[in-house]
Amino acid sequence: MKEVTFGQYYPVDSFIHRMDPRLKIVFLIGFIVAIFLADNFYGLAACAGVLILAVALSRVPVGKVLRAVRGILFLVIFTAAINILFHTGEHVYWQWSIFSVTREGILFSAYLILRLVLLVVCSSLLTYTTTPVSLTDGIESLLTPLKWIRFPVHALALIMSIALRFIPILMDETDRIKNAQKARGADFESGGPIKRIKAFIPILVPLLLSAFRRADELGDAMDARCYGGKTRTKYKKLHFTWRDLLGFLLLAALITGVVLLRIYVGEML
Amino acid sequence: MRIVCENLSYTYNEGSPFAAKALDGVTLTIEEGEFFGVIGHTGSGKSTFVQHLNGLLRLPTSLKKYKPKKRKKSENEAPMSVLRVGEFDLTSKNTDFRALRKRVGMVFQYPEYQLFAETVEKDVAFGLENFAEKGQKPTEEEVKRAVSDALATVGLDYNEVASKSPFDLSGGQKRRVAIAGVIVTKPEVLILDEPAAGLDPLGKQELMELLHKIHGDWCKTVVIVSHDMDEIAENCTRAAVFSEGKIAMCASPKELFSHAEELLSLGLDIPLTAKLVLALKERGIEIDCDYTVEDFVQKVLARKGGRA
Repeated sequence: MKEVTFGQYYPVDSFIHRMDPRLKIVFLIGFIVAIFLADNFYGLAACAGVLILAVALSRVPVGKVLRAVRGILFLVIFTAAINILFHTGEHVYWQWSIFSVTREGILFSAYLILRLVLLVVCSSLLTYTTTPVSLTDGIESLLTPLKWIRFPVHALALIMSIALRFIPILMDETDRIKNAQKARGADFESGGPIKRIKAFIPILVPLLLSAFRRADELGDAMDARCYGGKTRTKYKKLHFTWRDLLGFLLLAALITGVVLLRIYVGEML
Repeated sequence: MRIVCENLSYTYNEGSPFAAKALDGVTLTIEEGEFFGVIGHTGSGKSTFVQHLNGLLRLPTSLKKYKPKKRKKSENEAPMSVLRVGEFDLTSKNTDFRALRKRVGMVFQYPEYQLFAETVEKDVAFGLENFAEKGQKPTEEEVKRAVSDALATVGLDYNEVASKSPFDLSGGQKRRVAIAGVIVTKPEVLILDEPAAGLDPLGKQELMELLHKIHGDWCKTVVIVSHDMDEIAENCTRAAVFSEGKIAMCASPKELFSHAEELLSLGLDIPLTAKLVLALKERGIEIDCDYTVEDFVQKVLARKGGRA
């Protein structure tokens, strides 16, 4: 299980890696808005262009980025097929019973595929270039306004970061316990499904116990350091830099462009 | 069982940006009958090494999916790895790893965290039932005898603890139960990763006495991973020092700790006796001992007696 690196963070130093996580989250949201505002090929091409630039700047290998698309390949093909077969339109190429292939259907599916791919690539780029910890920091900072309505932003962020922090620890622990039981002859690979599920009891029981033990210890450690005071300072402060300004300007330009294309070029079907 | 290891290398997360080389060309032979110590810093590769010995970490050549690469003549090509434990060849795909694990027992660090069963008896018997040959399930009598033997070996009374939940025991008792769960199958080679970590001095001493007891009996070879140098000096016949995935030194404690400065330069500790020998040396008093407390005291007393 050591081979599974948690999250997707790809540790290189790049323009995108150095950007403020807040800006990256805002960029992702803005980008998604742009994708769905764009109703013609020029708009989507502009979005794709911006994303390709971002991928190039991030220094994450293209293969890695495309691997994220592989995960939704089935979804993409399935939705595209359904859309092609059921979308009705004027230019009919082929028809049988309730199924029909139309020009509009094909175009609509093409948009859909493009949107889905852009969406997935952009969000995976965020996780490739941002550590889970700074992502949580970013989310916490962005949610700060909710404090006005007494929403426990801070507690939520803490829960998120503890959960994220514990995943690799528990995976390590699972690995260790699994090895220990293997050394005592436990067999996790053979037998029917029930036997296999039963084989996991010697892992699950110690794992649960250790998770509770760790939670207890963490709680005690936090109490011992007087956690829960009103104000808390950050070890890593988030800084808005020229990179983020550039990113923001690019996003603004993209959305403006897409909106202008929507007004002046209009829907292309 | 003789353990022969040549050019063993291991990299975690190979081919990813997180790749970390844990072992780098380790060559080491552990003879049958040794009480062998493995010393090193955290991250020096010592745990990775011992996990190879019972096949928990496997050489790439022993994995099913391994396909021999086309031989490319290159200068950097790593020499062939050899890893043999007794008659088991761990580089081969055809090795019966279950049979190997039955004969090479492994006690992990903090073994008490691997306890899971409702009763001590069931937990200790876990290995026994797993290693039983197919169709030859041990009878209740056999299980009871083996479990009570194992518990007696670790100094626990069967009638007292067998039906208790392992989680109701004290920390030291839990560790004993966990060790009993490994030695219940009487492995010929017993590997222990930091067995004394977190025990009080008396607990440590009792644990070492226990190991010596079984070492003289059915357990032929004991390998302990430790960074407590006093433990190594007192107990081991030989010890290997791991540093950055390589073996920096391998010798008897007597020879090893006579290179005290070298060990210190590797950032490792030395036994108290070696520290005293160094301090005495600075004052011009040479003491030639094997660094066990007993021998050191005798030599010092002999010297003092000689002067008076």
